[in-house]
Amino acid sequence: MNLPEHVKTPSRTPVYAFVGNPNCGKSTLFNALTGLKQKVGNYPGVTVERKVGTAYSQHGHPMTVIDLPGAYSLAARSPDEAVTRDVLLGRRADTQMPDRIVCIVDGSNLERNLYLVHQILDLGRPVILVVNMIDVATNAGLQIRFDHLEKELGIPVIPAQASRGHGLIELKLAMSRSDLPLPKHRWSVPAAIAPAVAELQASLQDADKKPPLIARAEALLLLTDPDPVRVTGSQPLSPRTAAILQQWTKRWQDDGTDWSGSLVGARYDAIGKLTAESVKSAASVAPQNVSDRIDAIVTHGFWGWAVLGSIMTLLFLSIFTLAEYPMGLIESAVAAMADGVKAAMPPGDLRDLITDGAIAGVGGVVIFLPQILILFFFIGLLESTGYMARAAFIMDRLMSRVGLNGKSFIPLLSSYACAIPGIMATRTIEDHKDRLVTILVAPFMSCSARLPVYLLMIAALVPSREVPILTKVGLMLLMYGLGTCGAFAFAWLFKRTLLKGEPPLMIMELPPYRLPRVKDVALQMAERGGIFLKRAGTIILAISIVLWALTAYPKAGEDATPSEQIAQSFAGQAGHVIEPAIEPLGFNWQIGIGLISSFAAREVFVSATSVVFNVEEDEENTEPLLQALRSATWPDGRPLFTPLVCLTLMVFYVFAMQCVSTVAIVKRETNSWRWPLFQIGYQTGFAWILCLIIYQTGTALGF
Amino acid sequence: MSDTVSLSSLATGATAVVRAYPLSGNAFLRLREMGMLPGTSFTLLRRAPLGDPIEIKLRGYNLTLRKTEADHIMVEATSA
Repeated sequence: MNLPEHVKTPSRTPVYAFVGNPNCGKSTLFNALTGLKQKVGNYPGVTVERKVGTAYSQHGHPMTVIDLPGAYSLAARSPDEAVTRDVLLGRRADTQMPDRIVCIVDGSNLERNLYLVHQILDLGRPVILVVNMIDVATNAGLQIRFDHLEKELGIPVIPAQASRGHGLIELKLAMSRSDLPLPKHRWSVPAAIAPAVAELQASLQDADKKPPLIARAEALLLLTDPDPVRVTGSQPLSPRTAAILQQWTKRWQDDGTDWSGSLVGARYDAIGKLTAESVKSAASVAPQNVSDRIDAIVTHGFWGWAVLGSIMTLLFLSIFTLAEYPMGLIESAVAAMADGVKAAMPPGDLRDLITDGAIAGVGGVVIFLPQILILFFFIGLLESTGYMARAAFIMDRLMSRVGLNGKSFIPLLSSYACAIPGIMATRTIEDHKDRLVTILVAPFMSCSARLPVYLLMIAALVPSREVPILTKVGLMLLMYGLGTCGAFAFAWLFKRTLLKGEPPLMIMELPPYRLPRVKDVALQMAERGGIFLKRAGTIILAISIVLWALTAYPKAGEDATPSEQIAQSFAGQAGHVIEPAIEPLGFNWQIGIGLISSFAAREVFVSATSVVFNVEEDEENTEPLLQALRSATWPDGRPLFTPLVCLTLMVFYVFAMQCVSTVAIVKRETNSWRWPLFQIGYQTGFAWILCLIIYQTGTALGF
Repeated sequence: MSDTVSLSSLATGATAVVRAYPLSGNAFLRLREMGMLPGTSFTLLRRAPLGDPIEIKLRGYNLTLRKTEADHIMVEATSA
């Protein structure tokens, strides 16, 4: 066998790939091995998470470890799986083909887990097999003969319990070996398919320049995978190979040969034989397991909803109440920072740029960090216990009404707190189109940044000084309801038009319930928080500065009041420019300034309006602002903020895309500017049309 | 092969053996790869509160699939 020299004796840093089914404990092992030496990002061109870390060998040499997305098979059915497949086959130019592979399997579910391992053994590279969760397997009465597995497969087999760190040293030792054996792995390809495999392999070696063993593995894969998921960044097949593949599939289709079925069957035959010899099951120990008993309640026709409802209530309560205190701290820290700068610097544009542009802009977004962290803590907890899959199971039927699947439920729900973590949570949705639709409609869910705007408008809407609590609650519910209906209606529309596709699969494993690993949850939470802060520090910082400049220039003169200054500024001019567009909605140029500056973050509307309507310093108190709003008029003396205008403005805030952080996150998650721009267009367009209808009908009816 | 019925018509709690599959379709290839092969025995654990999807237990783990797929999978009941 002609192996490249580095496979036998790695002279440079060896590259290890960690592969396994979802829920097999792969990430726990990866985290334990690499600790904080990880880099998280996206694969260029696809929105699949890319995790690379550094581990150290027994002798202190660095080893690169790639944590590939969880996969059930190399015949990919999701972008996540496609990336795993393409990296292992060396199809991606952006990722080095791994030298060695560590396969992690769940010892309590060996048969199904070994299917992926079986495909990987075909690749002809050194493999280490980690049999994880041996404690669960032992409790289930399974006895695994590791020596037999080792002998049959010819590779190191390591029993492990990653959650407690057992097996970690043995794995490190195996990874440090310079003489890792190649798997000796024989299984018979079904006779009907063998000639096709040979022909494809030859073509892959010739025309696509693949090494022999990879070519054989790829040939087998192409046959099982007649309709492969392709992701950008992977190299396409040569025309010759594609033609051969097409020829064979056509011939089999005409004959009625179940070729992919027989290939899968042949693999399972081989696996079945192996597990029969190496796993002994004590048949007497087979009680109804704990997970099934929990599920009997959690997915019950009545209790299931009750549990889901309580968990969601708890989630929201903690987001709003627990976050309050740290949010207050951040707020005062931001204020203190601005004061510090004010004290240290002479007055002038540079000082204003730092305090009113940079600090205020970034501060206004960073204030949501506690909410985001709490939300991600909950999501991580629900995911690692296994509850998330149950929520998807319960909600699937409802979500499928609008063409989504149960997995969209949590991201949409999270978006009530803030669309940013919601959109980041769509990563659990495998289907690309489902994920995109969820991202597109997520900002309709009324996030907490809209609350200050709603509260101000509701206060202005009711002319009497005290707003009756029922009116307040009713209007609030109406806004939340409008957003939710809008989200589902647009999801339904998009699934039927723009992102039409096959109905999404709901073939999903319900993993056994497990105690969460707080360390893993915390690590994930820190990662998400980091991504959010990075955004706040870059794009949001830039846009805040631009927005500040728009209100600060050109200068109106020395004695100008803040409201005169803003009327004179570019923002004021822009307000005048867009006035014809928003006048049919009942908004004037002053409201226009509020709308424009809301683009930094919606709640900025409140502070922007108080500047525009020249309310004195005290921003905390909404009373003077309310009075200013009530006395504001059009040039002809008509009152500006009629109840109808307040209502229209609220509806506008429900639907319009006015959040630069969301735009930034959507850009990041979809890897293109196309979708965020589309989102700005369709959301704001829809908001405008709806507001036009409401205002014009309302006016016609005499309100 | 006697008395095959579709998976979706099985009663909750019933145990059955997979007999036949449609030859094509992404869903069915994936179900095979998940170990649900002709000859595999499984138990229908429960249906979701709204009747869909369905949860089955096979090879020691739990799997969900929708009715639209279950309608096309022919199975033979081994116990009620």
